Amino acid sequence: MSGATHVRYEILRTLRNPLLYAITLGLPLVLFYGVASGQRHVIHDGTGFPLYFMTAMAVYGAMFAVTAPGARIARDRATGWTRQMMITPLRARTDVTAKVVTMYLVAVAALGLLFLAGASLGVRLTATQWLELAGLLLVGVAPLAVLGLILGYLLPGDALTPAVGGLVILFALFGGVYGFQLASSGPLFDVMKGLPSYWLVLAGDATVNRGNWPAQAWITIAVWVVVLVPVAVLAYRRSARRV
Amino acid sequence: MTATTDARSGIVLSRLAKSYGTVRAVRGLDLAIAPGETVALLGPNGAGKTTTIDMMLGLIKPDEGTVSIFGVPPSVAVRSGWVGGMLQTGSPLDHLRVREIVTLMASYYPRPLPVDDVLRTTGAAEFARQWTTKLSGGQAQRVRFATALVGDPDLLLLDEPTAALDVEGRRAFWQAMRAVTEQGKTVVFATHYLEEADAYADRIVLLADGQLVADGPATEIKAQAGSRTIRATLPGVDIGALGALPGVRSAERHGDAVTLSCSDADAALPALLGAFPWVRDIEVTGGTLEEAFLELTASEPDTRAQTMEAAR
Repeated sequence: MSGATHVRYEILRTLRNPLLYAITLGLPLVLFYGVASGQRHVIHDGTGFPLYFMTAMAVYGAMFAVTAPGARIARDRATGWTRQMMITPLRARTDVTAKVVTMYLVAVAALGLLFLAGASLGVRLTATQWLELAGLLLVGVAPLAVLGLILGYLLPGDALTPAVGGLVILFALFGGVYGFQLASSGPLFDVMKGLPSYWLVLAGDATVNRGNWPAQAWITIAVWVVVLVPVAVLAYRRSARRV
Repeated sequence: MTATTDARSGIVLSRLAKSYGTVRAVRGLDLAIAPGETVALLGPNGAGKTTTIDMMLGLIKPDEGTVSIFGVPPSVAVRSGWVGGMLQTGSPLDHLRVREIVTLMASYYPRPLPVDDVLRTTGAAEFARQWTTKLSGGQAQRVRFATALVGDPDLLLLDEPTAALDVEGRRAFWQAMRAVTEQGKTVVFATHYLEEADAYADRIVLLADGQLVADGPATEIKAQAGSRTIRATLPGVDIGALGALPGVRSAERHGDAVTLSCSDADAALPALLGAFPWVRDIEVTGGTLEEAFLELTASEPDTRAQTMEAAR
């Protein structure tokens, strides 16, 4: 027995979900073209607006990508499928691995689409810069991925879709994903700087103008991950316990 | 973790108990099932059937007691792929077709059966390309049966497998099931349909209020319940005197006709003839399983114990 078939079907189920195309891949792309095509030559905080907004929308898509399996976990729990899996030799670990693999494949697809869209509006980066940007974003959405899993293991299925959607929107809003910052000083700004999404939006700028990716960005992301992973492990154990 | 099947040890439940708050769902259940047996867990709603099955599957941890599946705890048996389960709740995964979900389940087991064979056996082949979310109740039930079967487990645990089916669907299900039990698998199924337990199980374990109230082949259960009835024409005899005869549990009178409900008709009949030689029109009828079921499950635990005592 191997987990290969399980991963394959996990991906298949993801590809067959219309929400993948409408929200995770579609919405950021539509927003990007809608907003950025009229502002191709605008300079935003020292960066070309298309690069800035391409990064922001890539973050948006990646956040949807990594939180989607959480909704699936909750739905499988609600329909009783999780119990059905628990009475097979499948290890819960294999299931989590399959979901993480799938979410990151979708996240890569979301980034790829936005990068192509960015290039079509004149964003020009070197191969290394594209890779570096993709790397920063994929590592940076890890807190959202873990959060999605936690919600999936803890919340009832019907609450999950709005909860995950709301979570992504909050992170996006306070992180400046929508192209504007809610504050530039004061306590609200401090809260914003505590969110991984705030730093991720700046990743494009950081990749192009080296040195603009402060230690605080790494620390913020690391703290989120370090705090959330044990919670996820507990939530997962609670849902996957066997006798 | 894998282990080797110790076929001889079968399935052993000892002093099994589980409560939900103040509700004692299962209380002190002892049961041994030999390999190859088909056992029905029969009982009304709330008798503890599902809780018992869930504990055998390792889904619920017992408060007290243990479950041993072929010599190992349920979790080990499940992980080794020895157990196939059909739960009462649970709809199949969405965004998959019937054939795909059975293929997926097969991939979890070390030595699965060919998917096409299982689809054919369970009658799911005809809608194998259907989406799992577009199935009728009967079709979904067959898919669940197929997913329980495809791993070729030694033990099948089925919780109310025919609950969602109409009469025709039930017949088809049991026909498929026959083919499976003939292969020597151990099967435990929960049901509240008496006819099913009677027709398809080698042995019936009757549960009520979380306790075992009878255990044996259907014929033995009927005898244990002692629901044989003697009817006769016997004018002018005190009903109390009839009730006091050996082997008689209760007596009723309708005009000249009397009805004796017997725990031991073999003792009651000679006693009746001896005491009242003028008795006429004697008729002895065996009880039905339904009468036994109602009698054994309806009374309070204390009276039931006495009934069982009297039956021996």
